[in-house]
Amino acid sequence: MQTIETIATHYNYIVTIFLMVAGLYIVIARGNMIKKLIGLSLFQTSVYLLYISPGKILGGTAPIIDPAFKVYSNPLPHVLILTAIVVGIATTALGLALVVRIHEAYGTIEEDEIFETEGEE
Amino acid sequence: MKLDVILRVVVKLMLPFMLLFALYVQFHGELGPGGGFQAGVIAAGMVILYALIFGIRQAKRLVPQRLVEAMVPLGVLIYLGTGIVAMLLGGNYLDYSTLAHDSRHGQEYGIMAVELGVLITVSSSMLAIFYAFVERGR
Amino acid sequence: MEALINAVLLTLLAVVTLAIIRQRNLFGVIALAGIYSFLMASILIVLDAVDVAMTEASVGAGVSTVFMLGALHLTRSVEQRPHHSALLPLLVAAGVAAALVWGTIGLPPFGTADAVIHRHVAPVYLADSVKDTMVPNVVTSTLASYRGYDTLGETTVVFTAAMGVMLLLRGRRRTSGNAAAGKKSKGEQP
Repeated sequence: MQTIETIATHYNYIVTIFLMVAGLYIVIARGNMIKKLIGLSLFQTSVYLLYISPGKILGGTAPIIDPAFKVYSNPLPHVLILTAIVVGIATTALGLALVVRIHEAYGTIEEDEIFETEGEE
Repeated sequence: MKLDVILRVVVKLMLPFMLLFALYVQFHGELGPGGGFQAGVIAAGMVILYALIFGIRQAKRLVPQRLVEAMVPLGVLIYLGTGIVAMLLGGNYLDYSTLAHDSRHGQEYGIMAVELGVLITVSSSMLAIFYAFVERGR
Repeated sequence: MEALINAVLLTLLAVVTLAIIRQRNLFGVIALAGIYSFLMASILIVLDAVDVAMTEASVGAGVSTVFMLGALHLTRSVEQRPHHSALLPLLVAAGVAAALVWGTIGLPPFGTADAVIHRHVAPVYLADSVKDTMVPNVVTSTLASYRGYDTLGETTVVFTAAMGVMLLLRGRRRTSGNAAAGKKSKGEQP
């Protein structure tokens, strides 16, 4: 009973950990570079969930001050994660530009094939 | 392509509303959800949609490459400039209280100026990245 | 009720993630990533993070999809079947997951109002935002005024990313033969 109750109240964190580990698996197990970048972006979005879930108050509302509401959810994680989202897209765009240049230089974006080409030299 | 007509007409009707929505999100960022980043991305999305339907050449006549290149650092300069103006008026760097007769109004003016800088940089950066990807393929 | 919607959306998110791992056609993967971003934005609204949800929807499901499709158009590939066995990455992933579960088991239950995170700085911002800055949206006033330096750094990061992509991708495309010979084409003139 205790375990089921813990799982029910920590469901956010369990799914966050699953997303984080899925992103990590894609980055280390798959060879295609665009897929790796998508896995990295998956990892980053799981971190957004990890930060914003503890800030929520059940029965509260969005942190926009209004006389009709008394309880507000915590605004501080929102600020940090807004920065994180924008930095994430910046990293993804630069990574994709690098992938395009790698494709032009080697003709492929599969990691294994690039290692084979490099190993033959 | 005959179906092109539907896309062109519908997109031409949608574009002004997208720009209006971007400006709404920017200026109402203080009263509701919104702010510089969201508005910048929506504004860039408007030009990207125009480029997807009408072609990159038409889009470059609407927003030339030189304008985009000039706007990318302009937003950062506006942000830095607000801090320096605050310093010149006697406060610390980025201390908006000195920008107006009253500390509260100064904060509001500072927040508006800073969000404007963020809007300009984010919209032109997203557009510059899009132009770079498209140009590489031609 | 909020907890139920939350749980359903999170489960959908996990299902879409499994589909992203299994799918090998990159166009399908990018479409699934757009669906993932949309679900994430919905979850963020349920968690009362409305500014963040708008940013995630526009950035994640908007421009991020456009950039990835642009890169896919320029590289044009389908993911190959992996050559190595997937056992070692799975073990590493399982180990990391176990460590994270052990770390988060002590966090307070979802939605409690007296958790440690709601002390110190956050109640000060909520109480003083309208008094100090006349701006009701606490996230905007924190972003632009109380934590203005961080936003300056963030704007600089966006600027740097645009610079980097322009430096990497300006100029005509070079094929692999020309790249070795170092030929420059007309489009590269400054």
